[in-house]
Amino acid sequence: MTAIRATNLSKRYGGTVAVSDLSFDVEPGRVTGFLGPNGAGKSTTMRMVLGLDRPSGGSALVDGLPYAELTHPLRKVGALLDAKAVHGGRSARNHLLAIAQSNGIPNGRVDEVLETVGLREVARRRIGGFSLGMSQRLGIAAALLGDPEILLFDEPVNGLDPDGILWIRTFMRGLAAEGRTVFVSSHLMSEMAQTADHLIVIGRGTLIADTSVREFIGRSSQGYVRVRSPRLAEVAELIKVGELHHDHLRVTAMSPVEIGTLTARAGIPLEELTSVQPSLEAAYMELTKDSLEFTS
Amino acid sequence: MIDILRSEWTKIRSVRSTVWTLAIAVLLLLGMSALLNGTADDPVDGAQAISLSLGGVMLASLPMAALGVLVISSEYRTGAIRVSLMAVPRRLSLLTGKVVVFAVTSMVVCTLALACTLAIGLAISRPATFDAGAAVQVALGSALYLTACGLFGLGLGTLIRHTPGAVVSVIALILVVPPVTNQLPGQWGDVVAAHFTTNAGMLVVTGHGNEHLGAWSGFGVYMAWIAVALVAGAVLLRRRDA
Ligand SMILES: Nc1ncnc2c1ncn2[C@@H]1O[C@H](COP(=O)(O)OP(=O)(O)OP(=O)(O)O)[C@@H](O)[C@H]1O
Ligand SMILES: [Mg+2]
Repeated sequence: MTAIRATNLSKRYGGTVAVSDLSFDVEPGRVTGFLGPNGAGKSTTMRMVLGLDRPSGGSALVDGLPYAELTHPLRKVGALLDAKAVHGGRSARNHLLAIAQSNGIPNGRVDEVLETVGLREVARRRIGGFSLGMSQRLGIAAALLGDPEILLFDEPVNGLDPDGILWIRTFMRGLAAEGRTVFVSSHLMSEMAQTADHLIVIGRGTLIADTSVREFIGRSSQGYVRVRSPRLAEVAELIKVGELHHDHLRVTAMSPVEIGTLTARAGIPLEELTSVQPSLEAAYMELTKDSLEFTS
Repeated sequence: MIDILRSEWTKIRSVRSTVWTLAIAVLLLLGMSALLNGTADDPVDGAQAISLSLGGVMLASLPMAALGVLVISSEYRTGAIRVSLMAVPRRLSLLTGKVVVFAVTSMVVCTLALACTLAIGLAISRPATFDAGAAVQVALGSALYLTACGLFGLGLGTLIRHTPGAVVSVIALILVVPPVTNQLPGQWGDVVAAHFTTNAGMLVVTGHGNEHLGAWSGFGVYMAWIAVALVAGAVLLRRRDA
């Protein structure tokens, strides 16, 4: 069964449309990246999946049910939305204990997940003093308490150092390899390219792409050849298929060899003849450029 | 439900604000009892000693109301309410859990504290005789009153979701506005004043009714106010985005 299914999901806050007619499925056994620029509606969508915000239209189902109808939801779904949204006065252990008890999860499990995320040493310290990295680990520990099949993480690597990022990335890949559903949001394509198997891209609350990472890379790796010459206009005329930019020519239909041969025959000097592979980030920017909330 | 109660008990016992507010309430009860009985000029009889001993109840209702507010508003302040609702998406069950755990905690602490409060007061004043039955009744009534004030805070906290706003509202409703209603003119003014929140609720602390209400029916009226706050809070809790 599809782990998470959004059907025509919409959310308005007063006059702001945060999510609009969004439909997608999230499948088990892989990491699904949820990508979109700031303000695209990723967090809002996750809150609706988790039954925190009520959709203005459409539905979000977890394992075929609305979240609120799950008995002991944490045994099915674990989520980390905002690692700092905890009571700073409590110890890590008591924080997790309260969550575990609410879903009938044995107390021993608290120590297990603290061990898993590497917080055993600080279990009795107040959470208020935790660094962002430690808070993220605590949030992940909370998500793992019920040993859930489905996991949601909202920008889990935000503000982490490279070690922390690598840890979370490896961790999420491990969870998916165990057959779990991992749904993780980010606004960085480069991050998702290294973590996710599948991508759901949204912008301004609507679906832009729902594709495997491999397909996305394949589609976006259509490169071009950049040509510069003091006699650029003549080159453009000669090649015909080029696209003239202010100081160079962009050619997608010919190889550098073909272009070089043609211009050499015509006796036109070249300053540059480079094969350019656009980065994933560039392809993603291209895809979402129309839906940026704030353009600088 | 037992799972939710266990979880809420862990939450309430594991933050300092609980310990502080309860400690302040207990100290106010004991301190006022000792002070009022110790400074009484003339020898007092049993009934007077008991009523002097309960002189701190009104003050102690403030930390109790604040604790009631904090039980829910601290979750809104930190954002932890989302963690709680992910664990317990049936929102009324979550609220019920908070109400029950707060009420039981408060009843246990306040009953013990009031027993000590009366014991100290009577030990200081040494009245010739006193009515033990009446003492037990007002001690219990006062514990219920203090717990009710906390539930008032919990209801308003759920409604307002903002610690300072809810604390100010509950103080206004239990301490500031009730004496003001006594100034209302005419017979209707009298009726309104008699039924207004703690004007009615305090009757169970003094143990005497007034011309409109008895001690326990007064407490019933106070509980009706609190029920309104809690039900309004519950309705909004269900309806609003977390
Ligand atoms: N509670 C709310 N009240 C009003 N507007 C909101 C609320 N939550 C979100 N929005 C608006 O909805 C839109 C989507 O916000 P959301 O936080 O879901 O985006 P996001 O994709 O998570 O962005 P980011 O990458 O910055 O986290 C934004 O325009 C935001 O201002
Ligand atoms: Mg977000």
